Amino acid sequence: MAIKVLDRKPLSLAERTYLPQIISGLGITLRNMLKPPVTLQYPEEKPVIPKGYRGVPTLVKDPNGREKCVSCQLCEFVCPPKAIRITPGEIADPENPHVEKAPKDFELNMLRCIYCGLCEEVCPEEAIVLQDLYSLNSEAREEIVLHKDKLYELGGTLPDKHFKWDKKKKAAEDAASGDSH
Amino acid sequence: MAESADKLISVFVDGIEVKVAPGTNMIEAANMAGVEIPHYCYHSHLSVAGNCRMCLVEMGTPGVDRATRQPILDADGKQVIQWMPKPTIACATNATPGLHIRTKTKLVKECREGIMEFLLVNHPLDCPICDQAGECHLQEYATDYGRGYSRYVEDKNVKPKRTMIGPRVILDNERCILCGRCVRFCKEVIKDEVLGFTERGSHSTIACYPGKTLDDNYSLNVVDICPVGALTSTDFRFKMRVWFLKETPSICTESSVGVNTIVWSREGVIYRITPRRNDVVNDTWMSDSGRMLYKEVAVENRSTNYTIEGKPVGAPEAVAAFADTLNKARGIAVLASGKSSVEEMFLLKKLIAAAPAGKKLVRVVPHVEKGDDFLISTDRNPNTRGALLTGLVDGIGAVDGGTLKALVDSGSIDTVISVNECVTSYGLDREELKKLNFIYMGTHFCESSQYANIEVPLLTVFEKEGSFVNQQFRLQKFAQAVPGPEGVMSDSAFLVALLGAMKAKVPANASAAAVWEQISAEVPQFAGVSYAGIPAEGLPVDGSAFAAQPFVEGKSLHYTPANA
Repeated sequence: MAIKVLDRKPLSLAERTYLPQIISGLGITLRNMLKPPVTLQYPEEKPVIPKGYRGVPTLVKDPNGREKCVSCQLCEFVCPPKAIRITPGEIADPENPHVEKAPKDFELNMLRCIYCGLCEEVCPEEAIVLQDLYSLNSEAREEIVLHKDKLYELGGTLPDKHFKWDKKKKAAEDAASGDSH
Repeated sequence: MAESADKLISVFVDGIEVKVAPGTNMIEAANMAGVEIPHYCYHSHLSVAGNCRMCLVEMGTPGVDRATRQPILDADGKQVIQWMPKPTIACATNATPGLHIRTKTKLVKECREGIMEFLLVNHPLDCPICDQAGECHLQEYATDYGRGYSRYVEDKNVKPKRTMIGPRVILDNERCILCGRCVRFCKEVIKDEVLGFTERGSHSTIACYPGKTLDDNYSLNVVDICPVGALTSTDFRFKMRVWFLKETPSICTESSVGVNTIVWSREGVIYRITPRRNDVVNDTWMSDSGRMLYKEVAVENRSTNYTIEGKPVGAPEAVAAFADTLNKARGIAVLASGKSSVEEMFLLKKLIAAAPAGKKLVRVVPHVEKGDDFLISTDRNPNTRGALLTGLVDGIGAVDGGTLKALVDSGSIDTVISVNECVTSYGLDREELKKLNFIYMGTHFCESSQYANIEVPLLTVFEKEGSFVNQQFRLQKFAQAVPGPEGVMSDSAFLVALLGAMKAKVPANASAAAVWEQISAEVPQFAGVSYAGIPAEGLPVDGSAFAAQPFVEGKSLHYTPANA
């Protein structure tokens, strides 16, 4: 490989004293001292979570307090790091005979979760939602593997747009009373 | 096709020419051309109902002048195809010479879309909680021909859900598309009319006749043939979504019929067994009792440890002790199992031949129970004929309990090897077993296994590969679906290790392929057969040498005993 020799210009007097550079640097520092701070004193100060933030996936209940998940296992299927493991189970709720299925256990391994949100996107019942919980930590690995109870505790209740099961229940009642037959 | 080539007729499916037997319907003809005609009510082994209308296609026949009976030719001299003005259903239209079928035209597509829209009008769309999701024809065709949204704003029909129509079958009427496959199955296959239609119009539903339940031993076939999730199995209900399950071709061990099956497993756990189509053995059916056999894999009394005098040991120690016992034995009695594969029987025969004992008694213990003349035969050993072909035994028939007892008492037999058979039912009591060198090889513990000097755990049919020879002398292979218990060698591997310890000739390794190299070289009926070469529908082998054997099977589907 050919070697190319570059000519370096000799430094001027001002450059050799370093003074202009020091002064301009101090100027930058001074300007930033007068601006409002951009950092947070975490954990004393908490950040504002923007809308659409992808936090820890949680299971939610509908406004009637009924668990929305029907353990269709689509999230388990779509999950890229295979963090979800569902044990499906049957429920016999005399109030809602259409809701036949619910998870017996819902294991969400947050050590594996990559917060991609595909589970929320794929869920046909809008039962798993990535909410604003961003800090999940523990001293034991087992506690980071979330189970059904913990997931419902974290998820709480979200408003429902569809009330699918209520509509089905009403249709069944109407049919029983002879409205549609 | 059994038809000779000159009887075949030409049919053109979307321009592709196929030769089919006369009487083949258009769905099957299109299938041969590699064109799928969607259908719900048509089933290859049931009568044609033609009620779902999903298989509508355009049909044309070569034009013939009515007056002169001469072909009508176009300007190029080719016979004109006269297309029917309206579509026809492919399931109920049989192929005629020169028949043309069009399945990809705008008219056909619109027909399918129209049918799909009507079918989905009252469909509850509870796919997330439906067990059929993933193998549902309604889902599949809805992706192909569905609208994607519903124009139907009225309330959907409400019908009974979760109706138990039998001990193993659950009916969801809302999902039913009224194809009537289950009704025809009951009428034509189990010949007991249990199901029928009731109500009219869109309120029409499937129901059991009053006082009847679907409790036949073949009831779960209606779950398989139901194209939607209306009929589901109580055993498989909500256990696992089908897209997680791995399908492994296997053979049912319930009886010598050798029903072809698919074992569905996920991560080493079997979830269900369904029939695999084989038109010369079991068509598309299998018994409910055969489907439940997977439950024997994970049970309490499963044998999982090699033991010597009751103490757990490693497999090498068990092999050494076994070989030592065989080398010292004066007389050996072997109670072989008709549930062992051809490979294991062959290796067991080699093992017995390698033992220096003077007296050798080998019998396959028969299991005879009444069959059902359909897919469960009287001989409950799936591989009785394999034992004959490999030369493990020279004839079928029980070990005479009295004889075995007399031989043991006289001291001419001092070693008994039992493969998956309980010896206490052969007149040997506890005291006699204690006197003997008793080796028990079995998948599960049994009454006599506790007296065994050496205990060898075996694998179930789901945990190993191998082959069986069924009542038709048809060689059929099965693959390994799930891994066996930890630390347990496959049955063949154990026998190969044992043969090695006895300094006998052994196959290159314990795989079925390697054992078959030796079998095909030594057994004349299996000459030229390789394990990989056994086709999916089985390989008929020559059983004429055993025509005089007193086989116990009666008539069943696709099998007539020689003496009948």
